[in-house]
Amino acid sequence: MFALSDHGIDQHPLCQALQDDESGALVVFEGHVRLFNDGRTVLRLEYEAAPELAANEFARIEAEAVARFAIRAVRCVHRVGTLEIGDKAVWIAVLAAHRGPAFEACRYVIDELKSRLPIWKKEHYADGDSGWINLP
Amino acid sequence: MIKVEVTYHALLREQAGCTTESVRTQARTLAGLYEECAQRHQLTLKPEHMKVARNDRFADWSTAVVDEDRIGFIPPVAGG
Repeated sequence: MFALSDHGIDQHPLCQALQDDESGALVVFEGHVRLFNDGRTVLRLEYEAAPELAANEFARIEAEAVARFAIRAVRCVHRVGTLEIGDKAVWIAVLAAHRGPAFEACRYVIDELKSRLPIWKKEHYADGDSGWINLP
Repeated sequence: MIKVEVTYHALLREQAGCTTESVRTQARTLAGLYEECAQRHQLTLKPEHMKVARNDRFADWSTAVVDEDRIGFIPPVAGG
């Protein structure tokens, strides 16, 4: 399950919704907005996404994770809009019977998400400059 | 001549000056469509650095464009 959110990510209700008597492991990854990037001081950033395409592509990543690792569920929320330093940018949770597959699948999902989901980040710097990340 | 809806994201949206536009085209492939749009809006990204989506799924640049398609041009991504 994948969702985009234009307001802060509150993981408490998200984790509560993941109750599963057959899962002994819950691994959560959070990505936060960092003060420095490539030696520059970041003031804030903006994320934008292609919502339907992102949901479709996440469903593929989720299906791959379920096929590769012995896990029971994957949940992900990604922010869009303006974010400040320290804000959660992405939240990923993996439920599994055991911790090994949960850790491995969580790593797989965040790595694939970063390289495949149609989400873009524009950083605004302390020196007044700004720019889209990962341009050639 | 067919009509498609084109969506621009991130840098491309800024360069095109719009998020979506209705485009009449004689382009046969997604690559041909991008070439037309890039010329009209002076888009700076090259297709080899981008992806393209057709009707909300990633597609190859060589895919045929069909009337009423929704096409999204996808700059390098930076989620997470």
